[in-house]
Amino acid sequence: MFFWIIQRDLLLAVRRRSDVLTTLFFFVIVVSLFPLSVGPEMNLLRTMAPGIVWVAALLASMLSLGRLFSSDYSDGTLEQMLLSPQSLSILVLGKALAHWLVTGMPLVVMAPVLGIQYDLPADALFVLVVSLLLGTPVLSLIGAIGAALTLGLRGGGVLVSLLVLPLYIPVLIFGAGAVEANMAGISYDAHLSLLGAFLLVSLVLAPWAIAASLRVSLE
Amino acid sequence: MLQGINLACVRGDRRLFKAVNFTLEAGGLMQVHGPNGSGKTSLLRMLCGLSNPALGEITWRGFSIRDLKNEYFSNLTYIGHLSGTKDDLTVLENLRISSALAGERISETQARDALAYMGLNGREFLPAKVLSQGQRRRVALARLLVCKTKLWILDEPLAALDITAVKLIQELLERHLAEKGLVVMTTHQAIDVAAISAVHLRLV
Repeated sequence: MFFWIIQRDLLLAVRRRSDVLTTLFFFVIVVSLFPLSVGPEMNLLRTMAPGIVWVAALLASMLSLGRLFSSDYSDGTLEQMLLSPQSLSILVLGKALAHWLVTGMPLVVMAPVLGIQYDLPADALFVLVVSLLLGTPVLSLIGAIGAALTLGLRGGGVLVSLLVLPLYIPVLIFGAGAVEANMAGISYDAHLSLLGAFLLVSLVLAPWAIAASLRVSLE
Repeated sequence: MLQGINLACVRGDRRLFKAVNFTLEAGGLMQVHGPNGSGKTSLLRMLCGLSNPALGEITWRGFSIRDLKNEYFSNLTYIGHLSGTKDDLTVLENLRISSALAGERISETQARDALAYMGLNGREFLPAKVLSQGQRRRVALARLLVCKTKLWILDEPLAALDITAVKLIQELLERHLAEKGLVVMTTHQAIDVAAISAVHLRLV
């Protein structure tokens, strides 16, 4: 069932490529705006890079949260999911994972290319990719809780940002922190370990919270 | 089998209905009647377990559906106002995916047969967005043919259907009832379904 739902969401994403591309282009453009506005000061750009890439990734994944459940909600599929004899937590875990594959994964792939704009050294690029790989699934999982809670509300888009952005802060701090630590020449293991811990905790707890929020939203 | 005891529904500070009692045995049909806004859909959603009654209890085989949860869901097919068809998927994919979601994996042949029965042959590979309202309804109702559940809860199943489709649904319901299935439905259209026991519930 878990794989069915991923397969279905990926199929839907393929049929609606524009949704995927808007998120990716948003990320590319936001990251590219900074070198243009700050000017070609290499040292400044290099120190800013991890933070900018991470903030842009946060905003980009936020941008796509609205679509996570809203189309299933408006056409009645979500009701059917709630009535499925399968565990709802597993279903929503599948949905969150599909969301990450569609919106988070392209950001991870694109990040090293964008890092070059900031003249990041190769090993810093590597750490950036690893930190995004560990961190962006957490964004999808936590974001899905917010999306489930604000389902069907007017102005839900703004509300979801207010709910979810504060929860993203730890991921941002340790994600960007790992790259900064690497550039400062100190060990970044602790940062990555913490990101990994966030990922594991959210993998276990978020599906349960998303399922509970969906039941409340649909009542 | 399915029993509602003293059910009440409150929306905001308005009470839609109270003291609704019914018992439905195997092979029984319950038709819910009432004007628009009398709480028919709310009652059906309660019976599905999508929302909780303000008062009272719903039981399935003597156990509260709140305790049964997934065990109850595996006995239930609900087709609501929203048909649950995805615009971007084809008719065939829609049926196969919605059946899989309901815990019934079906082969392509099974799905094609069900769609042909519903009068949709030749349209299996069209995206659902090009279908008319009535055809979408037929796609949603095709699930009844492939799911082997005992209890069907249907909210306005006949809306937007033409006369031939209404006839098909009538046959389908009669066959299900003859096989000791249970049906709870609302409709504004006159439909004559033969059943061992028929309950009429009127909401005011």
